[in-house]
Amino acid sequence: MKKLGAIILSAVLTAVLASGCANNTENSGNSASGGNTAGGTIKIGADLELTGGQASFGDSVSKGAKLAVDEINAAGGVLGKQLELIVADNASKSEEATQAAQKLITSDKVVTIIGASTSTNTLGIVPVATEKKIPLVSVGATNPKVTVDERSGNVNEYVFRAAFIDPFQGEVMANFALDSLKAKTAVIYTDTSSDYSKGLQKFFEETFKGKGGEVLSQESYQQKDSDFKAVLTRIKAANPDVIYLPGYYEEVGKIVKQAREMGITVPFLGGDGWDSPQLVEIAGAAALDNTFMSNHYSSEDTAHEVTSFVDAYKAANGGAVPDGMAALGYDALKLVADAITRAGEADPAKITEALAATKDLQLATGKITLNDKHDPVKAAVVLKFVDGKQTFETKVNP
Amino acid sequence: MEYFIQQLINGISVGSIYALIALGYTMVYGIIKLINFAHGDVFMVGSFIGLYSAKYLAAAGLPPVVVLLLSLIISMTISACLGISIERLAYKPLRKSTRIAALITAIGVSFLLEYTGVLILGPQAKGFPDIMDKKQVHLFGSSIQVESNQIMILLTTIILMLVLQYIVRYTKTGKAMRAVSFDVEAARLMGINVDRTISATFAIGSALAAAAGVIFGMTYNSVDPLMGVMPGLKAFVAAVLGGIGSIPGALVGGLLLGTVETEISSLGFSSWRDGVAFAVLILILIFRPSGLFGKNVREKV
Repeated sequence: MKKLGAIILSAVLTAVLASGCANNTENSGNSASGGNTAGGTIKIGADLELTGGQASFGDSVSKGAKLAVDEINAAGGVLGKQLELIVADNASKSEEATQAAQKLITSDKVVTIIGASTSTNTLGIVPVATEKKIPLVSVGATNPKVTVDERSGNVNEYVFRAAFIDPFQGEVMANFALDSLKAKTAVIYTDTSSDYSKGLQKFFEETFKGKGGEVLSQESYQQKDSDFKAVLTRIKAANPDVIYLPGYYEEVGKIVKQAREMGITVPFLGGDGWDSPQLVEIAGAAALDNTFMSNHYSSEDTAHEVTSFVDAYKAANGGAVPDGMAALGYDALKLVADAITRAGEADPAKITEALAATKDLQLATGKITLNDKHDPVKAAVVLKFVDGKQTFETKVNP
Repeated sequence: MEYFIQQLINGISVGSIYALIALGYTMVYGIIKLINFAHGDVFMVGSFIGLYSAKYLAAAGLPPVVVLLLSLIISMTISACLGISIERLAYKPLRKSTRIAALITAIGVSFLLEYTGVLILGPQAKGFPDIMDKKQVHLFGSSIQVESNQIMILLTTIILMLVLQYIVRYTKTGKAMRAVSFDVEAARLMGINVDRTISATFAIGSALAAAAGVIFGMTYNSVDPLMGVMPGLKAFVAAVLGGIGSIPGALVGGLLLGTVETEISSLGFSSWRDGVAFAVLILILIFRPSGLFGKNVREKV
């Protein structure tokens, strides 16, 4: 029987090893050759979630970024050269994001990388970008430690971002819960496998407690979980005024659906990780009633820069309405293009300098200034779900 | 107390799904001593077939119960065929080679199914249609809630389990299966068609996984090509826990694992859930290396 035990053990180990190094699919848009400016093009890499749990984000970002590239190229390009976007897949995994970035830098010779869509995956790219001295503009990373090294407290010289950071997002939702929803108690239900979720949880809790709210309990789940009834039964017994659920759409959809089926009717609040059409597909429109999320922009906003972006995106993507990630992807690329223009040449060091000096740049998600921590200072919106559609609730300035 | 019972009910419904998948592992292991790692992915394929047939049948205007039964039958039939083809194409040529070769092939087949799924269906999760309206039933006027779906899961599991017991105990195929699992060579000498028996085992195991897939989709409303990985691993643990090769063991192992996980989460240690589940496995393997219901057979040297 010892032999059986050994076989089972080796089987488990093999399975774990195999799944660890599986799926190294990289979709490069182009062949890997040529220098920085060969053939009159400037190459910009995108390290995105084309497959895996956050594939919806990567898809939106790449569509937004492609739109920006097309617009810029149609208007004559940057410094008289055409932009070329090279997209690599990171399979929604941090370690694959590292590999994809290495490939973009060493074989595709890009001058700047945009991506990834999430904090965890961006953190996989940061060491590569820093080592190779290539500027990185994260599209959707909202965790503070992406641009500021956690241990030393120094700003990562080559890392920038297009999204606002978690303290602001967590704060906005805590204030919204206290002021608009008149909530006194909350339960926080965090995705412990995600840095983004833990960041939001921390700053929501600080603000909510700081202003007199009470956090009844902290619960956690992990990505790819599918049964949440045990914890939801616990939350139901605690009976909070609101439930803060700072996770990604796939699990959020399942959680909200199961909670509503169990008769939990209190509002769910979340962040920009909810922003995907799949949330509605998984949870269903009815379950999403009485839920709110903070986001980077609202497609219903009537400001000129928003409407022109929404119209162009719809025209390019068969009428699809751009979500927050699409807007951020568009903005990240415009941010890079602006920096290259100001740098005067497509040289990574000069682009880095120019990026750090970005000021009052008008983009689709608002007017952006990058502060000394390379974080944008800009407005957030709170959206409410009505019949499965995001509707504009309120806009909060920093 | 009511809280505890409520969580027990939650646990049983999770455990039933593990149990259905675990049966496939245990049956295949019992017969050809192969841990079929592709089994979790057959579960995924079953779930997707269920999704599309349910969509199509519901659009055709059939009543919900008929839609459910038909999608179960369609999904189980196609998955049974898939199971047989996997066995014929991937495992049969390796029957005379080492066990580890077959095991690695199983992992290969697993990846093949997963990423073919990603290629064809896309990596994103898809919503499963609501076949039947979910209703909450209060037990004996207390606050304990049972969902109609949870009752359906348990009923389906019990019915399939009874059918399986009947097949294994009283039919010719079942007798052949038991004989082959006892001694392949002797069974062959007695005139049993070993190849056909092995195919039948794969067919039954895959059909059960497909049924679990449809139920899983109905309960959790979300299916994706990589959804089989975790439940597959958990069901494998359940099968080992109950004693791999033993059919009642798979049932007990699945239910035990489901309830342990749920009770851990219900006590507020949700991040410890998987850790404790695997610790239970390690403990049982230390004290009963052949699992709860496993036969303690000495290997011949």
